Amino acid sequence: MSAQVSRGPMIQVSHVAKRYAGGYEALRDVSFSVESGEMVFITGHSGAGKSTLLKLITAIERPTGGSVIINGQNVSSMKAGMIPFFRRNFGLIFQDHKLLFDRNVFENVALPLAITGFPRSEIAKRSRAALDKVGLLGREKAAPVTLSGGEQQRLCIARAIVNRPAILLADEPTGNLDAAYAEEIIGMFKSFNQVGVTVIIATHDEHMIERLGPRILHLDHGRVAA
Amino acid sequence: MSWLLLHLHTLRMSLARLAHQPFATSLNIIVIGIALSMPAGFYLGLNNLQTFSRQLSSDPQVSIFMSIDATAEEIRDVQQRLKSKSEIGRLEYISRDQALAKLKRGAGLADVIASLGKNPLPDAFVVTARGNDPQVLDRLHDEVRGWPKVDYVQLDAEWARKLDAALNVARVLVTLLTVLLAVALVAVTFNTIRLQILTRRDEIEVSKLIGATNAFIRRPFLYLGAVQGLAGGLAAWGIVAAAVLVLNIQLADLGGLYGTMVALDWPAAIEVVILLGFSAVLGWLGAWLSVSRHLWQIEPR
Repeated sequence: MSAQVSRGPMIQVSHVAKRYAGGYEALRDVSFSVESGEMVFITGHSGAGKSTLLKLITAIERPTGGSVIINGQNVSSMKAGMIPFFRRNFGLIFQDHKLLFDRNVFENVALPLAITGFPRSEIAKRSRAALDKVGLLGREKAAPVTLSGGEQQRLCIARAIVNRPAILLADEPTGNLDAAYAEEIIGMFKSFNQVGVTVIIATHDEHMIERLGPRILHLDHGRVAA
Repeated sequence: MSWLLLHLHTLRMSLARLAHQPFATSLNIIVIGIALSMPAGFYLGLNNLQTFSRQLSSDPQVSIFMSIDATAEEIRDVQQRLKSKSEIGRLEYISRDQALAKLKRGAGLADVIASLGKNPLPDAFVVTARGNDPQVLDRLHDEVRGWPKVDYVQLDAEWARKLDAALNVARVLVTLLTVLLAVALVAVTFNTIRLQILTRRDEIEVSKLIGATNAFIRRPFLYLGAVQGLAGGLAAWGIVAAAVLVLNIQLADLGGLYGTMVALDWPAAIEVVILLGFSAVLGWLGAWLSVSRHLWQIEPR
C-alpha cells in the first residue's frame, strides 16, 4: 500500500446533529463532503436546517453530535481562541448583507483586511480590486445606504472575496433581489468558482438552480434527502 | 512598524469617534475632570500648607527663660553648661534689657511698657540644634527644665510640628478621596464604553464573523477609555490651574496688606504628568472592565 499524501475533502460533515436548548432538533445525522473547488447548493424549505448547517461550518454554533472538519481542522473541538483565525478561511455573504452603515463603501470592503492586519497600501490595492470585480469601483466614497439592494449585495460579496478566501458561503444571496440582479450575482459566484474557490450557497431560488445545474444537497426536516 | 501604524490608526479612529459626539464627550470629560480636580486641588493645597509649615519648623529652636531673680553668676553658669553640649549648634543670649528694647521697637507697645515702671522680662537663651533630629531638642527641653533658676523652657517649633502632623492626617484623607474618585472615574468610563459597545453592536458582530480576534475588537474601546481619561485629566489640571490663578490674585492682595509675598506654588511638572498618566490608566481600566464584561455577550447568531 502506498502512502496517501492527498488532502481530505475541503468540507467533511459526519453524522452531525444539532439540538437546541428546549429540544428542537435542527439537524439529524447529516453527512456529506465537499471537495476543494466544488460548487454546492443547499436547498430545502425554510426551517429545514440550511442556516444551521452554515453556522456549524463557520463555527458560529457547535454541533451537539458528529463532527465538522474544514480543510483538516475539526471545528467541533476547536479552541475559542482559534476561531477568529479559522473564520478567515471563509468569505461570508448574508441575505441581509450585514454592512456597516457608518462607514463608506471602501471601508466596508477593507474591514477583513484591517482585521487580518495588512499594511494600508496593500489594503487599498486589494479593496479596489475586489470592488472592481463586483462593479463598484468608483463608488468607494459612497455611503452604503445610498446603494440599491443589488449594489449592497455586491458590496457584501466584495467584502467576502477581498481576503481571497478558500471557501465562499452564501445564505440566500438572491433572496431579496429581482431576476436581473439575481442573474448578475449568480454569474459572479460562477466566476469565483471557476478560479478554484469552493462555493456553498444556501437557497430556495429554483431559477438559480435550474440555470447552473450544480450539485444539490437537499435538506428536509434536518436530514439530507436523497 | 505595521504594528505601530495599526495602533496609530486605532488611536485616530478613537479620537474621531469622540469628536463625532462632541456633546456627550464633553460632558464625560467635564465629569471626570471635576472628579479628579478635587483630590488634585486638595493635594496641591496640602503641599502648599506643608511647605509653609516646614519652613516654620525647619529651624526649630528652644527658648530658655531664666527666673527674674537669677543673678549674673547663675546666668553665666547656665550658659557654660549649654556651651559644653555638643548637640547644640547655635547659642544666643538675649538679656532682659535687649528683649525690652526689641519689644519697644517692635509692636507699638511703647506706651504700655513705659507705664510698667520696671522691666518684666526675664533673661533668655535661644538654642538651635546641630543637625535635623527633632529628638535632640526634645531631650534638651526635658533636661534644661530641671536646672536651677531656669523658669520655663519652650519648644518654639512645636505648633508648626503639630500642624505638620495634622497635615499628614489630611494627606491620608486626600488619599482616601482620591481612591473614591478614581473608582468613580472607572465607573464613568465603564458606562461610556458600555454604551459605545451597544451602539456598535453590529460592527462587533460583523467583525467577529469575518475573523476579528477579541484583541482586535477590544483595542479601540481601550483607546477610547484611555483617551477620555487623559482628556479628563487635562480638564482636571485646567480646573486646578484656574483655581491657583484666581487664588494667587487674592493672596497677592492679602499679602500686600501684611507687606509680604504670598503665593501658592504650582504643581511640579512631574506631578502634572502623574495626574495625566493616572487618569489615562484609570480610563483604560474602566474600558477594560467594561469590554471584558460586555464583549462576550455579543456573539454572531
